[in-house]
Amino acid sequence: MYMRPESLENVRTHYCAGCGHGIIHKLLAECLDELEIRQNTILVAPVGCAVLAYKYINVDGLEAAHGRAPAVATGLKRARPENIVISYQGDGDLLAIGAGETLHTANRGENLTVIFVNNAIYGMTGGQMAPTTLEGQKTLTSPYGRNAAEVGFPIRACEMLDTLEAPAYIERTSVHNPGAVRKTKKAIRKALEYQISGAGYSFVEVLSMCPTNWGVDPVTGASWVKDAMIPWFPLKKFRDRPAENAEKEAS
Amino acid sequence: MSKKTVLMKGNEALAEAALIAGCRHYFAYPITPQNEIPAYMAKRMPELGGVFLQAESELAAINMVMGAAAGGARTMTSSSSPGMALKQEGISYISGAELPCVLVNVMRGGPGLGGIAGAQGDYFQATRGGGNGDYRNIVLAPGNAQELADFTVDAFDLADEYRIPVMILADGFLGQMSEAVVLPEPTGKTFEKDWALTGAKDRNKRLVASLRLAEGSLEAHNLHLQKKYDSITQALRRFETYKTDDADYVLVAYGTSARISRQAVDRLREAGVKAGLFRPTSLWPFPDKELHELARKAKRILTVEMSLGQMVEDVRLAVEGRCPVEFHGRAGGALPALDDVIETVMRFEREEVTHVHAS
Repeated sequence: MYMRPESLENVRTHYCAGCGHGIIHKLLAECLDELEIRQNTILVAPVGCAVLAYKYINVDGLEAAHGRAPAVATGLKRARPENIVISYQGDGDLLAIGAGETLHTANRGENLTVIFVNNAIYGMTGGQMAPTTLEGQKTLTSPYGRNAAEVGFPIRACEMLDTLEAPAYIERTSVHNPGAVRKTKKAIRKALEYQISGAGYSFVEVLSMCPTNWGVDPVTGASWVKDAMIPWFPLKKFRDRPAENAEKEAS
Repeated sequence: MSKKTVLMKGNEALAEAALIAGCRHYFAYPITPQNEIPAYMAKRMPELGGVFLQAESELAAINMVMGAAAGGARTMTSSSSPGMALKQEGISYISGAELPCVLVNVMRGGPGLGGIAGAQGDYFQATRGGGNGDYRNIVLAPGNAQELADFTVDAFDLADEYRIPVMILADGFLGQMSEAVVLPEPTGKTFEKDWALTGAKDRNKRLVASLRLAEGSLEAHNLHLQKKYDSITQALRRFETYKTDDADYVLVAYGTSARISRQAVDRLREAGVKAGLFRPTSLWPFPDKELHELARKAKRILTVEMSLGQMVEDVRLAVEGRCPVEFHGRAGGALPALDDVIETVMRFEREEVTHVHAS
């Protein structure tokens, strides 16, 4: 039966039409229900559009300063290793102001889960250029289109983290169509399962839509993920160390 | 625990005291002159089953403290002046979220990278708050290795009691000097943390946050914080006096400059000058009423600092013009010279005598 998960609050969210956060929240809530970890989970919310995520997910919530969610999550998890700790972050939070925390939390292999929502723009502040804004993409602060010669190329988080030894699980998914949504849920669930089993750091990047700040309708927004974002940010499982280890043992 | 005296560096005495107080989560980034603290913790925490984590930055360290505090742990970070500047954002968030923690600043000279010798240039940063918003932290000012240890144990209780960051404001000289210490006993106080994030099992979910968007809610929160700060101001005004009962000249100093000032008082007394020392051991709240009372009887007050005049502003606010407030300070890692402090007070005495003769 199709129902609202218990882990999802029955409230109206502040998200815009066609935004991906609602879908990702629901997937996360479903995973918390299915793994029966709602009562054990603490969600670290970022600064950005998901700043109020703790209002929508029915778990204990902790609000971090901009970019500091992985550090806050590290302190929390080290103090409460028995809890499931999830850091939910956007692209500005994770790759610009919080790039250092992102890198080092992954490098330490902290046993926590980072859900990274990449929509190639700053949403909460009204549509400025993000570290993942595509070349040529127009935003409030790149009105002539992102010029890589001046501000660099969009950063690929999964590929960067994949250079580190410690992370257990790294995957990039998307929510631009139903098939992609199902794969995203699988990835989030797997990441949480790995945290439960103590496998270490798990990272799920989800390509998502921001039609409002992209200046397009929701349907066009979903197409833009497929046509513009995925070619630069390929959907891929970069690392699944527990599965790789199991395979090695089996052979 | 035996009451034996041990010889310890100030920084190490502080670190051991934190462990005695039950701190098992310590996060920091290296910076001189407080490096003995992380080194000590790195060695001791694994022995106690605690967490020592060298953070990737001061920003990360203070935010790790925030996470551990939100989980209900007794937690601490330490740094020195430029590193403390980096922690200010986190301190503001922790203050807004009303989380308890202990912060240690073993001050060095500034501004900027400054130097590595001890200084007292962060009085404003500590007592006014270097982060954004209307918040206060309790600031304790130890004067020797024994107090570094004793105040640290106390700091954890105060932090838990008031749900507030408590800062130990020391300086590089105090941190680096080895002195005799009798390690304090645990106080045994426990505090119920019915706000800590532990997972919403058999209860409603909890939230630890500083964001308050609903109309009026942020002002209400600020008023709540202010009420708490007012009650701390009433309950926690700490100071020590030395030969102030009949003092014509009251020296006001904390930390290392208070040690020099105390010596100056003894020398001045030997010379027949009635000098005394008022040493605040809490800088916020500042013991202003108590200093005001002394100022009513004193001819002059001399504030001595290892800065070019920061605490002197609180002294003037406390004295409210009851008597002249003078200042003697050295900056950039320099120590006030004993002879200079003595000579300054001798000059006051000469001026007072001339004044009396002239009138």
